Amino acid sequence: MDKKHVVIAMSGGVDSSVAAAMLVEEGYQVTGMMLKLWSADCTTSENACCTPESIEQARHVAGMIGIPFYVIDAKNTFKEIVVDNFVRNSFSGLTPNPCFLCNQKIRWGFLLEKAKSLGAQQIATGHYAIVEKGNDMIYHLYKGVDEKKDQSYILSGLNQEQLCQTILPLGKYTKEHIREKALKLGFPVATKHDSQDLCFIGNGNYRSFLLNSAGQELKPGSIVDKNGVKVGVHTGLQDYTIGQRKGLGAGNQEPIYVIAKNPLSNEVVVGGKNDLGFDRIKTKSVNWISGHKPQLPLSVGVKIRYKASVQPCEVDDFGQGFQIIKLNESVRDATPGQIAVLYIENEVIGSAEIISAWVEEK
Amino acid sequence: MIISAFKMSRWSKRAIITAGKNMDRVYLDYAATTPVDHQVVQSMTPYFESNFGNPSSIHFMGQSAEHALTSARKNLCMLMGASTAELIFTSGGTESDNLAIRGLAARKKDSNQKILISPVEHPAVSNTCNQLCGEAEIVKMRVDNYGLIDIDNLQKQITSDILLVSVIWGNNEIGTINEIEQIGKICREKNVLFHTDAVQAAAHLKINFAKSNIDLLSFGAHKFHGPKGVGGLLMSKDVQLIPQITGGSQENNTRAGTSNIPLIKGMEKAFILLQDELEKNNLHKKHLRDILIEGITNNIPGSYLTGHPEKRLPNHASFVIEGVRGQDLVIGMDMAGYAISSGSACKVGNPSPSQVLLAIGIPEDLAIGAIRVTVGKNTKEVEVRTFITELSKLVTTLRKK
Repeated sequence: MDKKHVVIAMSGGVDSSVAAAMLVEEGYQVTGMMLKLWSADCTTSENACCTPESIEQARHVAGMIGIPFYVIDAKNTFKEIVVDNFVRNSFSGLTPNPCFLCNQKIRWGFLLEKAKSLGAQQIATGHYAIVEKGNDMIYHLYKGVDEKKDQSYILSGLNQEQLCQTILPLGKYTKEHIREKALKLGFPVATKHDSQDLCFIGNGNYRSFLLNSAGQELKPGSIVDKNGVKVGVHTGLQDYTIGQRKGLGAGNQEPIYVIAKNPLSNEVVVGGKNDLGFDRIKTKSVNWISGHKPQLPLSVGVKIRYKASVQPCEVDDFGQGFQIIKLNESVRDATPGQIAVLYIENEVIGSAEIISAWVEEK
Repeated sequence: MIISAFKMSRWSKRAIITAGKNMDRVYLDYAATTPVDHQVVQSMTPYFESNFGNPSSIHFMGQSAEHALTSARKNLCMLMGASTAELIFTSGGTESDNLAIRGLAARKKDSNQKILISPVEHPAVSNTCNQLCGEAEIVKMRVDNYGLIDIDNLQKQITSDILLVSVIWGNNEIGTINEIEQIGKICREKNVLFHTDAVQAAAHLKINFAKSNIDLLSFGAHKFHGPKGVGGLLMSKDVQLIPQITGGSQENNTRAGTSNIPLIKGMEKAFILLQDELEKNNLHKKHLRDILIEGITNNIPGSYLTGHPEKRLPNHASFVIEGVRGQDLVIGMDMAGYAISSGSACKVGNPSPSQVLLAIGIPEDLAIGAIRVTVGKNTKEVEVRTFITELSKLVTTLRKK
């Protein structure tokens, strides 16, 4: 056993299947694992990340490449860390990103610990991103080579200890290349339907999930304009997100948009298109990938949502552990609860949670 | 289609080679199944390709198949102390259990009927009984903390409205060997039919059907180095069953379907080989078993033997270990190259404690940390000793978490 023992997180999909096969080819001792996650209405529905079909698929692929595969129960941990946090934050008017937290705390927390306590040294996933140890002895996180598939955003919460135990075999390849490799290996390549929904909400929608599972009612309230004048009623803050245009009631001459949510007064604030620009973002809980705070201010690029493009900006300290991101040009939506990820060219240098956004007075 | 199938098989081959290079695996799960002996494989091959006839056919090809079947039945019955009319070939232990229980329950649907089973039965018996609800009332016996039947209580429980008593001979989970002859004697006295699941026992203990007061006995070949998919039910001549698989008149009108000659011949050979070296192999297994029991309970604090310390299967060591989950132990040991089993066979997530362990009074939080280590005739002492070292390391790591 001279080669390292790696646990690959398998989803049954093409990416993690090929990643597993690549690790075997490279001579690692490989074990496949899938986490059984919590789901609402657990008697009638499954968590979308670990349905019986995807378990079967992953087991089948593991059999084809000759590696053991186990399903590990992580229901309680996932519920406590990811779902409860999601519910709590939703009721505080935030738009949380549970996948970011799941990677940071479940895959690179629970699973990594589990894998190590069972005898493995590292974990691997089928994410499109690159981890490399630099000459500075620091582990660096880069965008995947395939710009369209890049998943570095969702991994930006990882720290040095997590990264040094991580292998991402797909980062240097395009999705097309991986698909071809899957075909060559005879893997089933029917792409899983990429659901936009949250994996744990069960049969209903987001709203009914909060209603039922969280045991909390959505509180209706007022829709107000910038000056605090009531212009309508809303069904609950959780139903609205910054930049949203639909569902604000008809009869407005100009199109109106959600420009802010106020959890204290339970108000949705609306305004015209011109009110929607933000060029200042305040963040907290920053994670510098290198483990060291760089010299600030620093000119970087920022991604304010998973699918947003990188915007040039300057990041600086805001005092008391907060940061401020000054955008060169304003963006339409910067949503509290979402993650701002900082890039220098292709390298992720850090990430932080958005707490507020505004326009700098000119 | 063809191309992708070809590619798949090519890849699989390569993968197996790679996996083989990576580690030598030590198999310590002989109670789950055993490798088929090479001599057994050889004994089967003629019946696939040359002597392939259907024993029900009138022609000579049929006759030679029938001869093969008859001689297998003769040899097996002789070695089990039964007469040839008392053996029904089935697809394995589970089918035998089903045939015994369902076949009897179906016999007299109108009268009040109760089935008395132990709370430590294999699911092939307990789940079958559970499904009979309505057709028969299921009553559980009392067992002690080792899983041994409480004989005094049994005597009180046996009444004339009892259709069947079923007790596992050698327990698959905790290894305990029940006093089958004694239980059978009580049943005979009360004129109640007695069935035993001897699937584990048959691989280690001498069976003397005529002298054990047993009316029905289930066994399967793959526990004693025979092939999977074949077994038998020994059934006293005066017992009548309603067939559960209907069709032709095979197996004395009790189990329809063309006789699976190759597998039956394999089972015959495996059982002959088993008897040839029974005592020698049992001594070897017992030696390794005792190293395991002593090594684990002495070296791992908070580990306890489950089942009876002496009255247990010679190859069977089972434990509960504090502060760890059985599933984690199985996975961690597998990753270290050792195949063992946990209390409940649960491949998908959520470990729940074994009903058998709860029935013998093990608390729920301890029952979750159950493992079973079972050795075979080819297991080496060094393998067992390194296993103990690795297990003890794993338990320490898991507890640190």
